[in-house]
Amino acid sequence: MATFLTRRLLASFLVLFAASFVVYVLTCYSGDPLAELRQSNARNKAQLIEAKIRAQNLDVPPVLRYFLWLGGILRVFVGAFTLGTSAKGQPVTQLLSAAMGSTLQLVTTATLIAIVVGVGIGITTALRQYTSYDYGVTFISFLFFSLPIFWLAVMLKQYLAIGFNDFLANPQIPPTVIVVASIVAGLVWLAIIGGNAKRRLVTFTVAAASTAMVLLFFSVTNWFASPVMGPVVVLILGIGTAYLVTVLSTGISNRKSLFTALSVVGGLLVAYYPLQYAFAFANPPLVIGIAVVIIGLGVAVGFLWGGPDRAQSARTGAITAGLVYGLILIDRFMQSWTIYTSYVGGRPIATISSQTPDLQGSFWVEGLDSFTHLVLPTAALLLASLAGYTRYSRASLLDVLNQDYIRTARAKGLTERTVVMRHAFRNALIPITTIVAFDFGAVIGGAIITERVFGWSGMGALFNTALSETDVNSLMAVFLVTGISAIVFNLIADFTYSALDPRIRVTA
Amino acid sequence: MSDTFGGGPTPPIGPQVGDGDSREKALRQQSGSPDAGGEERGENAIELKEVEGLSQGRIVFKRFIRHKGAMISLAILILVVILAFSSIGIEVGFGALKVSVPGWWMWNYVEITPIVNGAAPTLSLIPEWLGGAGISFGAHPFGQDEIGHDAFARVMRGTQQSLMITVVIGVVGTVIGVAVGSVAGYFRGRIDAILMRLTDMIIIIPLILLTAIVGKTFQNLGSFVFALVIGAFIWTGLARLVRGEVLGLREREFVDAARVAGASDARIIFRHILPNAVGVIIVSTTLTMASAILLETALSYLGFGVKFPDVSLGTLISEYQTAFNTRPWLFWWPGTFIIIVALTINFIGDGLRDAFDPRQRRGLNRKAKNAQAADREQPTASETAVGASA
Repeated sequence: MATFLTRRLLASFLVLFAASFVVYVLTCYSGDPLAELRQSNARNKAQLIEAKIRAQNLDVPPVLRYFLWLGGILRVFVGAFTLGTSAKGQPVTQLLSAAMGSTLQLVTTATLIAIVVGVGIGITTALRQYTSYDYGVTFISFLFFSLPIFWLAVMLKQYLAIGFNDFLANPQIPPTVIVVASIVAGLVWLAIIGGNAKRRLVTFTVAAASTAMVLLFFSVTNWFASPVMGPVVVLILGIGTAYLVTVLSTGISNRKSLFTALSVVGGLLVAYYPLQYAFAFANPPLVIGIAVVIIGLGVAVGFLWGGPDRAQSARTGAITAGLVYGLILIDRFMQSWTIYTSYVGGRPIATISSQTPDLQGSFWVEGLDSFTHLVLPTAALLLASLAGYTRYSRASLLDVLNQDYIRTARAKGLTERTVVMRHAFRNALIPITTIVAFDFGAVIGGAIITERVFGWSGMGALFNTALSETDVNSLMAVFLVTGISAIVFNLIADFTYSALDPRIRVTA
Repeated sequence: MSDTFGGGPTPPIGPQVGDGDSREKALRQQSGSPDAGGEERGENAIELKEVEGLSQGRIVFKRFIRHKGAMISLAILILVVILAFSSIGIEVGFGALKVSVPGWWMWNYVEITPIVNGAAPTLSLIPEWLGGAGISFGAHPFGQDEIGHDAFARVMRGTQQSLMITVVIGVVGTVIGVAVGSVAGYFRGRIDAILMRLTDMIIIIPLILLTAIVGKTFQNLGSFVFALVIGAFIWTGLARLVRGEVLGLREREFVDAARVAGASDARIIFRHILPNAVGVIIVSTTLTMASAILLETALSYLGFGVKFPDVSLGTLISEYQTAFNTRPWLFWWPGTFIIIVALTINFIGDGLRDAFDPRQRRGLNRKAKNAQAADREQPTASETAVGASA
């Protein structure tokens, strides 16, 4: 294992160095760093040019300049790590650390949501192959695949941001929208759940009716202006989540597991007000700490209830606990919504930059701030990735469903749910790990465009300015971060692959 | 009769295909008179044609035709190409050697025209009998920008550039990718290792990063050179795919047979191995071209691609993005054309992939499945009759 790791890392880093050499030389030849200075009318133009040449070693030919840059990096072994200075004289490490935070936020959020939603949709389309739902989703994912991100981003800016902010001024939903939305929701759920005619009718009615009621409620109470969930709604949603998780995880007939989920919900409701008190002192470690404790408690409740397989109940308990805790967090965020809206003058969804300047608020207000600034860029970035994950997971699950062991499982008389969730699902996830590694590079590329459209000052913006000004050091810093993350993700993908698939072991 | 598309002989589906001549001769001898022989020959020819084996090309073609989405996309793409290249004409050449073919549209993409209709589009599609203004295109169906350029002409010019760049990228990428992949896969050993390290080196750099840098370097030399340079870095996925295919194919018997017969390495690769990998190559090329147009427009949008005064769909969107509130039409149309081209190429690629996949079977929807199940449960009258009589 250790030899494999070292060998892989060594090979990857060699490739990275070779690639960095290529990028360095190409960047040096891509433009003239002194172009701007040459055109300026400053009186000490010659001295400025001279100073810049000295600061950036521009008199050294690019091929040799690379080794100067490399020397700066290798000085990490002597404790004097430097990535050089940017065109404006700032140390690049400073610029990079400032930029990395916001870009990583954007990229990880987009990738996580794309994976969860994409795999979910892909699996449902694979199970309902050749239906109109399948064709519809395939067409839509093709469409998203072919959308230019920059065009989409401007569209989102207009309709999602400005439109939603205008809507917030008077958050009434017109009746036609309610009717259309309910019918569409009913049709979508009908297509996903399938079944014979009677079941489809029931699904359609229930889905359409509940959507209509919820939308009516939102409209009548001006919910969007001051959203509130409250313990009652959390309880109802929690019970729904408990049932859903039980159905997917162990099947409704496993009573112990169902009781685990329900008691977890009950316990969290009892803890609702104490949690609100704890949230007053919230900061990220506390929130995450509470999450870990709650999930642990969910596992414990599962063990206590026992049942035919304690691990299954524990799993159900853990997932339900995590999800309902998430609901409580969302509820708490909603409580701060009106405060936040007043900070930003009634137009919460932001179109520019990654945070509101001079916003000093509690953890919740700042969290909302990050959220509203992340909504648009994440939406723009994730649509293309989503399409990719949907297609791959669909193809992967279809492949798995055609295997002999699935036929055996069905022949043994297992319910469809068991066949899909316990056997097919896990095997279908294996190829997706490799895709995550490759997709990451694409998402970084998308971030370059998205940051330009939304005015974020992250790594993408750093890259853009660096390339326009031919600032080699900043550009190499961006490339280094991207390259190293690509290597790390590839390694993680390999390990996950071997962990998930017992036939493949990490050997030399 | 049937040409074999490389690889092995086509499996015979009935009477031996190649034996047509000898059968005809035998039948002619049997029948005696030359006329009767001619008739027999005609009938045999028809019968042989029915069971004639199909070449791979024909099979793929027939399956492709059946894919409705791909056929519709192909039609739309051809229409867009014809529209783009015929409407404002083509201008090729550098400096002195300019070749200009005029188009049928009244404006070209650099003319400044007087502002009509407040620069809004003069296109109306709702016919009069439905209460609209009647179907007419007007002088500026896509509107004008604030200076007075005709948007339709600019969008057409942008589409021309983007299409040309896409095709060049596709061709260059395919050639390099196939070459690298097949050489690496065929020769293996040290050559394979070196070529794959080289490929890894290029893969580790995010594509848009790399193409932005080289695009900026070469953008002053015109769109064609820009396309060549981008194509030189986009081949890595195809190279890996082709290498995988070639690694498998080189172990087949026909390669051994060719080698024993004395074929050189180049001949084996080009004449025997590659034609069997052609499915993977074609699908990958189409999908590369779809992503190439998105890449090129993205680069042009960022400013590292096609440069002023040349017009590309990406530069148009970058120019007009701030005008979205006041003149949204300037923004809609270039984006729509990018989506149309990318979407149609994606669908065609998907249709080709389905056509080349030998395991693909057309699925039945619920109604057809129920009909089939019903058929199975109730044997037809004729079957029971035959069973009873037997």
